[in-house]
Amino acid sequence: MAISREELLKLAELARLNLSDQEIDAIQSDLNRVLEHFERLKELELADVPLTPHSVDATNVWREDIPYENGLTREEALENAPEVRAGLFLVPSIIE
Amino acid sequence: MADLTQLSAAEMRRRLDAGEVTAEELLEAHLERIRELDPILQAFVTVDEAGAREGAKRAQERIEAGEACPLTGIPVALKDNLATKGIRTTCSSKILENWVPPYSATVVQRLEMQDAVLVGKTNLDEFAMGTSTEFSAFFPTRNPWDTERVPGGSSGGSAAAVAAALVPLALGSDTGGSIRQPAALCGIVGFKPTYGRVSRYGLVAFSSSLDQIGPFARTVEDATLLFEAIFGHDPKDATTVEEPYDPARARGVDIQGLRIGCPAEMFSDQVDEVVRDTVLAARAKLEAAGAIVEDFSAPIIEHGVSTYYIIAPAEASSNLARYDGVRYGLRVPADSPNEMMKQTRAQGFGKEVKERILIGTYVLSSGYYDAFYATAHRARTLMRQELRKAFEKYDLILSPTSPTVAFRLGEKSSDPIALKLADFCTIPANVANFPAISLNCGFADGLPVGLQLMADSYRDDLLLGAARTVESILAIEPKAAPIAAHG
Repeated sequence: MAISREELLKLAELARLNLSDQEIDAIQSDLNRVLEHFERLKELELADVPLTPHSVDATNVWREDIPYENGLTREEALENAPEVRAGLFLVPSIIE
Repeated sequence: MADLTQLSAAEMRRRLDAGEVTAEELLEAHLERIRELDPILQAFVTVDEAGAREGAKRAQERIEAGEACPLTGIPVALKDNLATKGIRTTCSSKILENWVPPYSATVVQRLEMQDAVLVGKTNLDEFAMGTSTEFSAFFPTRNPWDTERVPGGSSGGSAAAVAAALVPLALGSDTGGSIRQPAALCGIVGFKPTYGRVSRYGLVAFSSSLDQIGPFARTVEDATLLFEAIFGHDPKDATTVEEPYDPARARGVDIQGLRIGCPAEMFSDQVDEVVRDTVLAARAKLEAAGAIVEDFSAPIIEHGVSTYYIIAPAEASSNLARYDGVRYGLRVPADSPNEMMKQTRAQGFGKEVKERILIGTYVLSSGYYDAFYATAHRARTLMRQELRKAFEKYDLILSPTSPTVAFRLGEKSSDPIALKLADFCTIPANVANFPAISLNCGFADGLPVGLQLMADSYRDDLLLGAARTVESILAIEPKAAPIAAHG
């Protein structure tokens, strides 16, 4: 199971990453070596083993639906934004 | 004054409370040492002298009022992936180079509640992805035992700072060994608590089901003091737990009859002979002191690295999707949002981070999800089952922390796979969720060798107590590293 150059470019598109030609070559080679290593997991008998996606057994930890008293103000939430207008995050126009 | 920096945090506490030294004097001694040595070591990304001086003043007032807590007035450094309100928090990444958080991590707030003196932010592999601190987007940190060598990583800045006595205490984060491995390579103590012990609120997320914050110190006692200041349930992190913890047990346990297992898979020929010999010599001392030490085998350990390098990149690819140039962090201007995001991420992330995002994107993509991601989570279950069986027989699992001593800068960074394979002793504690600690057990060719102890989940108190006992049996004088150029 090796990743082709085309597949890598598709992954990069999905992950919103532009890659240079030099990066493509290096990353393709590294990724394929990592994938080769993953093949070893096939040695394990896993069919009846449940998944452990979480590290603690707790499920559905709820709290009251009220904001923390020391939550961020709008100004604080915006102060690291690259571009702001009228108290909103500004991005390049989406609709032509 | 410089000798003040050589004291343990516990001894600093005693002298502060006795009025033999003030918090300001203690801080100035450390700042002086930082000014002298950090240009060589490059452990810090940011030193907050002004903030630290204010902190020391507050601490001194509190000490004089007789209201000191265990860490009041003690200098502490923070890995630069812990959010600090008003202080730049970079993750050693270009994408967060100028990010000033509007809030502080829970662990930072808890240190502030004690009036610990927060000195600055330490270097790391970008977004905590790496084992040498060479993947910092800014500069590599040097190992104080040999400045031609790496301090380990990803929390290499915190480890080097403590080892060189720039601070007595520091916090790091550990996802696959990022506290324990640099502690081993720098000859100090590094502790990864059980997942859920310490709030991750304000820790910049790498792999959310594996990340855990923990302490660096030069003695187990000091590491325990720092851990006890930060652990416990936090409503802001739903994965934190309220499990029993006995501080008395953490002060020492009887070595007589302590059952210790040594997994063959962590003493294999993948471990350098000098490291293995040093750890085995330490093991023999524990046996002579009355511990019952046995060999056992847990073959699942050999699948830990593969399991980890599926789960961690998968979670990272999702967590790092937030760096899109919209709300904070770097933005590279472009005509469309899509192009803006792609260029921002292309320029903002380093190669290692890009690789891990792409691995994660791949293992989560439809068609491969079962083959990789689900398989890794099944292997994770097996790892936990097999090691829990071992903990029915043993109180502790003992192993080397790292298969090598500190390596030279540039020696391995060109081979990211080799770097990843070296994590096989530390990864099981994250993947299967056990607390684990690394402490110095001797030297090989003048470089420190780390011994790792691991205990069953939530037995952090037993682990710290046992580590303290082991430390006293090995009787290796805890001292700051010489700042040694390669000779």
